Amino acid sequence: MATITTISEAVGANRIVPTVAIPYPVGNPDLGEREEAIREDLVKLAVDALGTAISKPTIFKSLK
Amino acid sequence: MKKVVFYLNQFFGQIGGEDKADYPPHLEAKAVGAAAAFSKQLKSAEVTHTLICGDNYYNENKDAANDFIRSALEEIRPDLLIAGPAFNAGRYGMACAGVTELAHKLSIPAISGMYEENPGVEMARKYCLIVATADSSSHMREALKDLAALAQKVLDGEDISPERDGYLAQGYRRTEFSDKIGAERAVDMLLARLQNKPFVTELPMPKFDAVEPAPAISDLSTATIALITTGGIVPLGNPDKLQSASAQKWLKYDVDKLDQLQGTYCTIHGGYDPVYANEKPDRVAPLDLLRHLEKTGVIGKVYPYFYTTTGTGTAVANSVTFGQEIGQELKNAEVSGAILTST
Repeated sequence: MATITTISEAVGANRIVPTVAIPYPVGNPDLGEREEAIREDLVKLAVDALGTAISKPTIFKSLK
Repeated sequence: MKKVVFYLNQFFGQIGGEDKADYPPHLEAKAVGAAAAFSKQLKSAEVTHTLICGDNYYNENKDAANDFIRSALEEIRPDLLIAGPAFNAGRYGMACAGVTELAHKLSIPAISGMYEENPGVEMARKYCLIVATADSSSHMREALKDLAALAQKVLDGEDISPERDGYLAQGYRRTEFSDKIGAERAVDMLLARLQNKPFVTELPMPKFDAVEPAPAISDLSTATIALITTGGIVPLGNPDKLQSASAQKWLKYDVDKLDQLQGTYCTIHGGYDPVYANEKPDRVAPLDLLRHLEKTGVIGKVYPYFYTTTGTGTAVANSVTFGQEIGQELKNAEVSGAILTST
């Protein structure tokens, strides 16, 4: 889970979930009460990525 | 006359072959075997002592071997240590890496010689200069000649470079003077490139590895998932003193009884604004949400230990080591998958 996904690709990460921002990859303090929903989506996406077969570095975009 | 100590394995130290690989370390107050041939090629220095140790003994009893070697080096205080050349012999290369690390810690300059794919190279290159050798000891004569030439320069305090002196690049940047400013050199390089002429970069990019993707986890509901971060998340007060940049280590913490990191963890990362992570460290390492997925049965279990380091300014070589060490631990613990967050 990273914001600068080009680095993730360069270092050989295979399942990549783009995140919100460098200081809060899994969060967004600007969203107030709605922050939790986006956090849940991102972590669920990461877990689902671990359960997904891939053959090359893959970026997993939003569930929606 | 400057003093050089030479480290050799049982074979080159003339103790014996594989059957003597258990030979414990010992010190000879003279130049033995390859060390003698090397010593003759030095101008203002000589090999005064040879340390000899069996490759198996060193690798299986590293602490004991290092204790012996450390006290010998502390007593002799040589101006230079030479270890090897190990060519492509893995155990010998690892022993040379261990011995040069020891010398580095004692502030004794060290040089080794290895074939570039010797597994000792990655470990040793931080601690010593490694002369690139052929892959087998039939090239001992050339290797000793190259070692002696570099050793003489190091002893004389001369400027050295990987290109001129044939050692494996360590990845350090040194200051050099040029009569052209950077902008001019950059434009020269660009023009050369546009005209398909040769040019040499001043900053080679590190090469990155491609990694075979791990197979998918077939059943997440029984999977154990570990959480790792390079976001510098540590317990409040940073009890183990993780560096805030250029990390020298990784740490792990037992979070088995925690539902979230908020309240007891913070960040010490020096490369991003820490306000949001300090408010809620789970924004960087989402333990709270993994716990939620565990409670709702989406995943089987969150691995009890949380792994952390700092990813800013950290040398690629260190990062690779951290990754290998953490990966091995998780593999040994039969963890099904890991989520690594980076800032």
